[in-house]
Amino acid sequence: MSNMVLDVSDVDKSFGGLRALSNINLRIKEGTTHAIIGPNGAGKSTLLNVCIGQLAPDRGAVVFNGDVITGRQPHEINQMGVVRVFQTPAIFPDLTVIQNVMIPAFSRRDGAFKLNMLQSVDEQREIREEAEHWLEDVGLLSHKDQFVGSLSRGDKRRLELAMGLIQDPRLLLLDEPTAGMSRHDTNTTIELLKKIKMRGMTEVIIEHDMHVVFSVADRISVLAQGQIIAEGTPEEIRGNPKVQEAYLGGKQE
Amino acid sequence: MTLFKSRKDLLYLAIFALVIFAMPLWLKPFGAGYPDLMQRFAIFGVFAIGFNILFGMTGYLSFGHAAFLGAGSYAAVWSFKLLSLNPVPALLFATLVGGVFAALVGVVSLRRSGIYFSILTLAFAQMSYSLAYSVLMPITHGDSGLQLASSDPRVLDRLFGADGTLPNLFGFSMHGMYGFYFCALILIGCFYFSMRLDRSPFGMALRALKSNQTRMSYTGFNTKPYARTAFIISGMYAGLAGGMLAVTDPLAGAERMQWTASGEVVLMTILGGAGTLLGPLIGAVIIKYFENIFSAFHPGRLYETFSFLPEGVQNFFVTIISPFVGEGWHLTLGIMFMLIVIFLPGGIMEGGKRIASALRNRRASGRHLQSRQFEPAE
Repeated sequence: MSNMVLDVSDVDKSFGGLRALSNINLRIKEGTTHAIIGPNGAGKSTLLNVCIGQLAPDRGAVVFNGDVITGRQPHEINQMGVVRVFQTPAIFPDLTVIQNVMIPAFSRRDGAFKLNMLQSVDEQREIREEAEHWLEDVGLLSHKDQFVGSLSRGDKRRLELAMGLIQDPRLLLLDEPTAGMSRHDTNTTIELLKKIKMRGMTEVIIEHDMHVVFSVADRISVLAQGQIIAEGTPEEIRGNPKVQEAYLGGKQE
Repeated sequence: MTLFKSRKDLLYLAIFALVIFAMPLWLKPFGAGYPDLMQRFAIFGVFAIGFNILFGMTGYLSFGHAAFLGAGSYAAVWSFKLLSLNPVPALLFATLVGGVFAALVGVVSLRRSGIYFSILTLAFAQMSYSLAYSVLMPITHGDSGLQLASSDPRVLDRLFGADGTLPNLFGFSMHGMYGFYFCALILIGCFYFSMRLDRSPFGMALRALKSNQTRMSYTGFNTKPYARTAFIISGMYAGLAGGMLAVTDPLAGAERMQWTASGEVVLMTILGGAGTLLGPLIGAVIIKYFENIFSAFHPGRLYETFSFLPEGVQNFFVTIISPFVGEGWHLTLGIMFMLIVIFLPGGIMEGGKRIASALRNRRASGRHLQSRQFEPAE
């Protein structure tokens, strides 16, 4: 049996009177791609926020590779190898495209803090080449010296992806990676996700687009009103009447 | 390790150094070519360049940087009194004191960001200002200010038999032109360091921190030590600048710590262009120039200037202009500052960039038109 990379156990989270997550249990096996689907407001993003330390759960714990990560600082969790790709592009608007990708590369190399004020960014050829490599993979290489403010929304999403991938994460959390992308860009992204999967990276993906989910996911959890109502292989989920009713019903013909 | 990573930067620095050292020549027509004022340009240039590392690069607006400037001045004068009239140990000591003081203030202030950070730094600076007149009297000598006296111990000077009554670098007085060249050299060094910092991964991290601090932490950066280091470095710059003030004029008073002095460096940085390397220095030069030249214009001199006009017209001009000069120079400065912030939020540097790109576009479009003429019609 392969190792569990992520183990979420008995997690509860409420905002005032609203129960956003209740009794969530989720186990992600190494090397798999696990999709989390569910209607809007089901608690999908909240679950990711708990995993990266943005929110502290009211109850329960998140264990990553045997270490409890609940209660740790976001930057520590990132340094351990949990990387999130954000739904709304969270990039550095004052920097150029390539600098945006180099920042996470420096973070991985230099750890949480390093005084290297007498080095020159221009001299870091390795990191620059790596950044160019990832920009090519997401199709942004020709924009590398632009400031990111001028990018389209779809391009920002792809930049986000490159920023996550360059960190070479042990667990990649993708929050709707194809939202706002054209059909063509979505297909390119699916190809990219498949390529990463071949390398054995473990991924958790939140997605509304069923085409994307069924293309890349090994397992699917269905979240509705803060609870996991079903979990299984894509085939199992497709045939599950409860899921059909809660979520897929309206969409499948 | 080479000193310069790129030829462009080397050229940039060489031109910068040349322009600074040639100040006495090209400032003369503006009536600013005298050592006292040029020393101030260099000193407040250092202050503003250091402030920019915190405000322009990292995005933390400190309203209490004058406290570090004042602390640096006191440190330098104490070094003159106790150790030697040589400016080198005085400046080292001033820089160190500025840095240590900033480290202490930073522990508390950097727990918050945005407006709360600004208020905390302001509170610390005003506290230091008040303490200088009360509890810290033995160190600051309160109202009378800290001054040199012939009875000072000056241990090192006595030891090596050096004499003199004013700060001097191995006999060269720090008051006149030598003082200016000494300050200019420090300014160039400080500019060079800020340039290196800007080009480094550390500098890029600071700019990313300014851009989106939350995202930085989700990218694996521990943002606290980055902000703290930027704060300490800019505190050291401020301490050094304060030390330089004491070197050129060996007197330290608490008024240097007042909030108006803290506000002045904010104005300098924004006026010149926050986040740019050269902008803060330009802002410092402009503000110090206005302070010294415009404030010296009094009605008598205005009547003299317009004496070639008929009396009625002369009176008219003098009446209109006099509120803006002399005591009223702050009005001119205020109007200029408002115009810049409204029309050029990036400061004078942005204005320069806009002019340069407009010229480039015109040239490019001109060339484009020419080439179009020779294209065969389709």
